[in-house]
Amino acid sequence: MKAHNDTYLPSGSISKWIDERLPIMRLMHGQFVDFPTPRNLNYMWTFGGILMFCLVTQIVTGIVLAMHYVPHADMAFDSVQRIKRDVNYGWLIQSIHAVGASMFFIAVYLHIFRGLYYGSYKAPREVLWILGVLIFLAMMATGFLGYTLPWGQMSFWGVTVITNLFSSLDEIVPGLGSSIVTWLWGGYSVTGTTLNRFFSLHFLLPFVIFGLVALHVWALHVSGQNNPTGVEMKVKSDGVPMSPFAVMKDLFALVIFVIMFAWFVFFVPDYLGHADNYIPANPLVTPAHIVPEWYFLPFYAILRAIPSKLGGVIAMFSAIIVLVFIPWLDTSRVRSTKYRPLYRWFFWLFAFTCIALGYLGAMPAEGSYVFWARVFTFY
Amino acid sequence: MIKISSLVAVTAYTLILTTGAFAAGSHIEIPRNEWSFSGISGQYDKAQLQRGFQIYREACSSCHSLNRIAFRNLAQKGGPEFPEEELKVLASEYEVDALPNEDGEVKKRSAVLSDRFPPLYANEKEARSIHNGALPPDLSVIAKARGTAYVGPWYWHPFAMFADIFNGYQEGGSDYIAALLTGYDEPPETMEISEGMNYNKYYPGHQIAMANPFAGGNNQVEYQSAMIPSTVKQYAKDVAAFLSWASDPTLNQRKQTGWQVLVYLLITGVLLYIAKRRIWASVKH
Ligand code: HEC
Ligand code: HEM
Repeated sequence: MKAHNDTYLPSGSISKWIDERLPIMRLMHGQFVDFPTPRNLNYMWTFGGILMFCLVTQIVTGIVLAMHYVPHADMAFDSVQRIKRDVNYGWLIQSIHAVGASMFFIAVYLHIFRGLYYGSYKAPREVLWILGVLIFLAMMATGFLGYTLPWGQMSFWGVTVITNLFSSLDEIVPGLGSSIVTWLWGGYSVTGTTLNRFFSLHFLLPFVIFGLVALHVWALHVSGQNNPTGVEMKVKSDGVPMSPFAVMKDLFALVIFVIMFAWFVFFVPDYLGHADNYIPANPLVTPAHIVPEWYFLPFYAILRAIPSKLGGVIAMFSAIIVLVFIPWLDTSRVRSTKYRPLYRWFFWLFAFTCIALGYLGAMPAEGSYVFWARVFTFY
Repeated sequence: MIKISSLVAVTAYTLILTTGAFAAGSHIEIPRNEWSFSGISGQYDKAQLQRGFQIYREACSSCHSLNRIAFRNLAQKGGPEFPEEELKVLASEYEVDALPNEDGEVKKRSAVLSDRFPPLYANEKEARSIHNGALPPDLSVIAKARGTAYVGPWYWHPFAMFADIFNGYQEGGSDYIAALLTGYDEPPETMEISEGMNYNKYYPGHQIAMANPFAGGNNQVEYQSAMIPSTVKQYAKDVAAFLSWASDPTLNQRKQTGWQVLVYLLITGVLLYIAKRRIWASVKH
């Protein structure tokens, strides 16, 4: 790991003593102070640090919420209300957690599109990219599980619709799908049992994400950072040490991000949510429209766009899984989209499609058409 | 740099458009009101919340419970701020279950400040059987559980959403309640109203089981202050304001803290920017 100059100088006798036995401070110093970063990075490269901030924020606020939250069908809704009303600063913590999930996804989408634009998934960064896709998958699972916890109407019906998707597997192996659904629910319908296990998993997954992030950063520090030109740094000394250069820039970007975050938390905390989720879950009353949170909408649109249930499920999952294979689907040797005019065209078309899918919810041909058109251009 | 900012703009547009898909649905235009608590700096008007509570007590509390509110909440800062003495008297007019006595019987006792408003019905079935099959919802979070839908051309929607985020518009529920309570009218001739239902301009589907709570018209409630018009419109706004507070009792504190945090962040941002410029001044990039 000592690829670059080691400037770590333990000062006190205690730190020297530790350094000889467990050089953890030396490791940290090497990875986060001396680490060479390309000097031409733009602000799209600050989202990694921002994502780390989001993850830590979710974990810290989540743990406090978990101290007051009750995962029981009859009490969950009220316990969230109690957190907001009676727990000291509970309104703030709950709001940060709920808004934070959305902010996390804004940041991750920008981060992913950055990677797509600048070809950051290409050799030697395939493993780094795949770890990223796994983090994204785990985040989606966590967000979905978390949204069930307040046990409002949208929580309840969201779980019902999404878990029911698995029953489409019955079309392949009769009985398989329904058995999986029963197994997920812990019974024959969505009940408090389902809520209880979802809470447990919602607690667990962020720590899995944390582990994946550690691997992601490790992989990053092995291959080094890409940069807007896509041309590798030739020697390490081409870069600047991470601290203070990159750290300062990341901090500035973080503050700008947190200002937007704070705007939502303090002034429009419910904007990104759905009013129906303030109605306690009622299995007997189906809401007029069942919609997931905004960050799932493009995928939900694909799902609904395809007339067959199984087909929709397959299309939705392949839209995510295809990301894993992008390093091999894209055979161009040029990394950065700056130097790929045709691909640039498709990139923006793709971005536009995601928007259109998100908005319209149902645009069958257009969505998959452009999506596949894009995959084809990779060849 | 231009590309980056357009990417950011595109993503923001995505976000906005996709959230917009939520609002799609029955589009009845709900008029927006000026509330004292509107926007990014608005705060509740104590006197209005007190009037709203009076309306709740006189016109709604026979059918709608307020389960998540404790009597003491009505004295809290940022709320109606009734004097505690008054509230003690008010609480004592309500009865709640006492702890089981020596013989295991559960008797009734009069409520104290720390008690919540007691439920009106033993269960949902009882409520429905009293109200002709309909269920009067608990009103503690009603202002957050309702909203307004965007009405207008789709291409304008994202800009309307930007404007709402920027202006801090969160009063959809308050606007809806105020509209609902003033939306009773004669049904249009083409419409059949079922037995026991009432026509309402603003209710989705236009047929609501709740009879007009202000059927008595203007002057049916006596306000203490002669300065305030005793009209149905005013009752509706006052009770909607009170219910907004009930749904969101920490609004005053939230917005005040928000401004402090923003000022702090802006200063930090400027300082960091200066520091960053200084540090990078020594390298070519
Ligand atoms: C006579 C009993 C009665 C009174 C008094 C009454 N309501 Fe209702 N209310 C109902 C019933 C019943 C419903 C359910 C309507 C339905 O499902 O069609 C309802 C529904 C509502 C709703 C929900 C509408 C929706 O969008 O689903 C609101 C808000 C409401 N009432 C507010 C009030 C307010 C505020 C007052 C006092 C000014 C009040 N009500 C007085 C019986 C009453
Ligand atoms: C990857 C990080 C995380 C994400 C994306 C996430 C997402 C969410 C979401 C979307 C909600 C629903 C909020 C609402 O609409 O009210 C929620 C609720 C909740 N989360 Fe998380 N969460 C994360 C981490 C955690 C962790 C680490 C814990 C606990 C250790 C936790 C505990 C809770 C609890 C108790 C609730 C219910 C209270 C509430 O609804 O506000 N979360 N989470």
